[in-house]
Amino acid sequence: MFQDFIDQFGTSTVGGLAVGSIYALVALGYTMVYGVLRLINFAHSEIFMIGTFASLWVITTVGISSPLTGIALVGLLALMILVAMVASGGAAIILERVAYRPLRKKGASRLAALISAIGASLFLQELFALEVIPRVFDRPGRNQAAVPRIVDRDVLFSIGNADVRTDHVIIVIAALIMMVGLDQLVNRTRIGRGIRATAQDPEAAVLMGVSIDTIVRVTFALGGAMAGVAGVLYAMEFENIYYNVGFILGIKAFTAAVLGGIGNLRGALLGGIVLGLIENWGAIFLGSQWKDVIAFIVLVLILMFRPTGILGESLQQARA
Amino acid sequence: MADKTKNKTENKTGNWALNKSRISQATGRLGAGLDTLRTWWDGAQVWQRYVVYLLLVVGALILPAPAIGSFMSPESDWTTILIHPIGTYVLLAMGLNVVVGQAGLLDLGYVAFFAIGGYSLAYFGTEYGWNFWATLVMGTMMTGVSGVILGAPTLRLRGDYLAIVTLGFGEIVRITASNTDEIGGARGITNIPHPPPIFGTEFALDPAPYYYLIVSVIVVVIIFAKRLEKSRVGRAWAAIREDEDAAELMGVPTFKFKLLAFATGAMIGGLAGTVWAGKVIFIEPNNFPFILSATILAAVVLGGQGNIPGVILGAFLIAWIPERLRFLAEYRILIFGAVLVLMMAVRPEGLLPSGRRRAELAEGTGGMGAMGAEVAGPTATDAAIPEARS
Repeated sequence: MFQDFIDQFGTSTVGGLAVGSIYALVALGYTMVYGVLRLINFAHSEIFMIGTFASLWVITTVGISSPLTGIALVGLLALMILVAMVASGGAAIILERVAYRPLRKKGASRLAALISAIGASLFLQELFALEVIPRVFDRPGRNQAAVPRIVDRDVLFSIGNADVRTDHVIIVIAALIMMVGLDQLVNRTRIGRGIRATAQDPEAAVLMGVSIDTIVRVTFALGGAMAGVAGVLYAMEFENIYYNVGFILGIKAFTAAVLGGIGNLRGALLGGIVLGLIENWGAIFLGSQWKDVIAFIVLVLILMFRPTGILGESLQQARA
Repeated sequence: MADKTKNKTENKTGNWALNKSRISQATGRLGAGLDTLRTWWDGAQVWQRYVVYLLLVVGALILPAPAIGSFMSPESDWTTILIHPIGTYVLLAMGLNVVVGQAGLLDLGYVAFFAIGGYSLAYFGTEYGWNFWATLVMGTMMTGVSGVILGAPTLRLRGDYLAIVTLGFGEIVRITASNTDEIGGARGITNIPHPPPIFGTEFALDPAPYYYLIVSVIVVVIIFAKRLEKSRVGRAWAAIREDEDAAELMGVPTFKFKLLAFATGAMIGGLAGTVWAGKVIFIEPNNFPFILSATILAAVVLGGQGNIPGVILGAFLIAWIPERLRFLAEYRILIFGAVLVLMMAVRPEGLLPSGRRRAELAEGTGGMGAMGAEVAGPTATDAAIPEARS
């Protein structure tokens, strides 16, 4: 068994990093919304799902049937990411407007907002299963949809016995670019300062002239855009998407956000990577059907010793 | 200028429901009607209350009548619907209400206890041929223990951390069940024994006996939960819900009481699981998805957390609406999701909130806390300043 572990360690580490990056991107959306609103945005998993289908739409519209390389691949990925960011970000803005703002205005409890989120999540899933997927993609809405392969699974280089494939490299690089960009936005721009101020103390932020409604909208849009990018990378890597593809991934991403310390951007990144690695390593020992169980047990163990996650809470202190 | 803004916001919040579409108007009126009912109930005499209890019991007994069924569920057998989902949802919602509504702990994996209850009947009934009644007691106790096992390491966590850990627990139970071959794996367990006959009433294909069984269980649980709420334990839970630190300082052993809330909620969930498994003959891991936990939570919040009649009403509606919408075929879940969003926007405190809850909400904290970017307190609820600017 240990021989297995040593043999597979490298490859599963690379795979874990790639999956972890996707978790981290989705976790950013959970963590930002939580930092500003103290709300678990349950419908965020559907925002991710919209991203996966947006990328499938781009692939079918452009008409890609065989894997690409070089400039063509980069161009296609950029286009997919752009479209998915717009689709997911837009959906997130609408979601906020319809499902959360009325409750916010009434000073509703967070539990009521959570129920509203669950309702919105069901609504979006069913909307895709019944209307969007059959109409846009002309296929049964509840079946799994295969995404054409756009990048070959070539081994780019090896470190020890770890094979690093092209798709893994793309995922990690794309995720890194997005996260650095988001981090710069939150830490260096005026709107980012607004987000941090609102997370720190909404009341004082209002008094200082921060428009909370705008900040909340921007937060949802940014989180949604990150989920859109994650959707592209997921569709590219797993090549199989369906109307509730967001469910398990959303739970994992939220777990990652909590693991790192919810409300903390750097924590989301770290939590995603840690979760991806532990899942893949644990799967070597116990088999991949126990992956999810391992993830949750690790979560419980970490929270027992670090009750606010690995890095602790708070968006305003995020400096990553 | 400041006054003007304030007036504007007050108008907006006060008449919010009236300014919206007709649907929300109707829901708003329904809410107002329920409020009147509540006020009457608070001032009612003891004999008046007993008349209502009697009427409710009679109502529950004649509920499966075909005349009612033809309106309530024209497309499928009404008595079966009354047992599952309605009856089981009511039981589960009452159990979850102890955890969420009374102690204020957010549990997103409640379905795990339902599963453990169901699986204990299935396993002990098929493997060891245990009697239904013995397993009922056994299963309820086992889920109580599992509640303690889950609670002991995790109840020191607060709020959303607890939520995600309980969600994880729900998934762990489901995945473990489908990966463990001793309890049937993904194929589940078949041929679960029915309850043995009582007073000559056979439990077989006719759903009616099961309905009366589940109604009796519900009545017992209502009395139990009501007594608990009025007791020292219930007051301790309310104190923890409103301010855990203050409760601790006042000498309430918060951890112990939170554990007790978890175990009590778990036991009611397990009870629901065993009763349900006794009816259905066959269970599998897919009977216990996360969405069921979410649905039960929705029932508790929609009905009015912390208030038993409200929670029962909420569970009834949540279970019944998708059944009634069967004529919409595939679209019923879509509509159901939209209804949830709408209901929360119109009446976030739930249809029949408890008086105490209502007071908490009026203060702007609502026990579980308002959303972050909301300036607490009734005077500035609208984040009025940015709005006035734009």
